[in-house]
Amino acid sequence: MLHPVPTLKETPSQTAGPYVHIGMTPNFCDITGVIAEDLGKTMIHGEVAGERIDIVIRMFDGAGTPVFDGVVEIWQADASGNFVGPTAPNSNAVPTFTGWGRQPANEQGEVRFETVKPGRVVGPDGKLQAPHVSLWIVARGINIGLQTRLYFDDEAEANGGDFVLNKIMDKRRRETLIAKRDGSTYRLDIHLQGEKETVFFDI
Amino acid sequence: MSGIILPGADGMLFQRDRDWHPKADTPGYKSTTFRAPKHSLLALGPTKSEMTGPTFGHEKLGPLDNDLIRNFSQDGTDAIGQRMIVYGQVLDENARPVPHTLVEYWQANAGGRYRHKKEGYLAALDPNFGGFGRSITDENGFYHFRTVKPGAYPWPNTGNDWRPAHIHFSVFGHAFAQRLITQMYFEGDPMIWQCPIVATINDKAAIDQLTAKLDRLNTTPMDALAYRFDIVLRGRRSTMFENKLEGN
Ligand SMILES: [Fe+3]
Repeated sequence: MLHPVPTLKETPSQTAGPYVHIGMTPNFCDITGVIAEDLGKTMIHGEVAGERIDIVIRMFDGAGTPVFDGVVEIWQADASGNFVGPTAPNSNAVPTFTGWGRQPANEQGEVRFETVKPGRVVGPDGKLQAPHVSLWIVARGINIGLQTRLYFDDEAEANGGDFVLNKIMDKRRRETLIAKRDGSTYRLDIHLQGEKETVFFDI
Repeated sequence: MSGIILPGADGMLFQRDRDWHPKADTPGYKSTTFRAPKHSLLALGPTKSEMTGPTFGHEKLGPLDNDLIRNFSQDGTDAIGQRMIVYGQVLDENARPVPHTLVEYWQANAGGRYRHKKEGYLAALDPNFGGFGRSITDENGFYHFRTVKPGAYPWPNTGNDWRPAHIHFSVFGHAFAQRLITQMYFEGDPMIWQCPIVATINDKAAIDQLTAKLDRLNTTPMDALAYRFDIVLRGRRSTMFENKLEGN
């Protein structure tokens, strides 16, 4: 046995439920005065290198209804392809670019992140991955958080050689991860189900 | 002990046991009907992008962030309800403590009512109860908070479903692929066994893992009961060369 069986079982997931905002974005649902700003609302705290972009994600269920009660978290590298490292446990220094964002959907099932375009990060095959953002989606009716990625449509060459995109055998389904550029905004529709179902990962 | 190093496998997370977690499509919980992906998940070992994750050492937690009895108080008095302390240790699957990680929690008030505009239960709001709190685990992975016991509440599912008393938890760990949301139930509550959301989990042992244990030893006399709820996040593999007798 190369790797011993782990000692403990991972705590099983349960749905975030319809009131996820209370715990993850309290100010958004009028629970004010407990924390100053909802965590993850602002990703940029000062001068940062790289191209400033907005990422807009709309989420739909299998009936085409917007997932108006979902929450999306993103995690990404900075413009030079580095992830923000752990801060010292008692440091109060907020990184100018956190790499992590969290937004609640509006009634149209839409979230918006103000961020920078990520640089390329080396993949498990030793080659550079295409620029991408990791996504984690929770909502009522989602029993375990959904993991996927967002890529950029103006990075066609890098996308073509990307380790993860190339794992998706049905090439048409690769498109479900690729956001379309519109000015400085990249837009991606996520479909939890149906003909255009997004590719989700078991990571 | 020596062994073979699998290329790329060292330090990776153990694969998630998807039979231990609830499946995506669980008809007894009707909200999953249109929200469960139908395609199977694409297996993808974590890359650097998922093996890293945000840390919150820089987040200055307020002194009342882990006190739901007082952190939303409008008039300086306590929230109404049965007072209790919830505490526990965040560990990984290798039984190693997960220090300095953010734990967020939210719940209904003592009457079972959430402070949320979409809440439809007629139980009274408590003006002094918000229902949100957070902690960062200490160097041994422990968190604790003070709250009131949440009430059970009805919800629209099949017409007359009730949730057992529960507290929602969000935990980060140190890798984005460890991200977890779950719910904590209370030992001995018969309503656990009639809840369609609990029943999305197949294995009784997994449900027991979500059940906090009454801890009389840590109960504060004349003040608050104590419940212990440990949380296990995904663990990392290690190379055989790193193996020590005491395990790692
Ligand atoms: Fe709940």
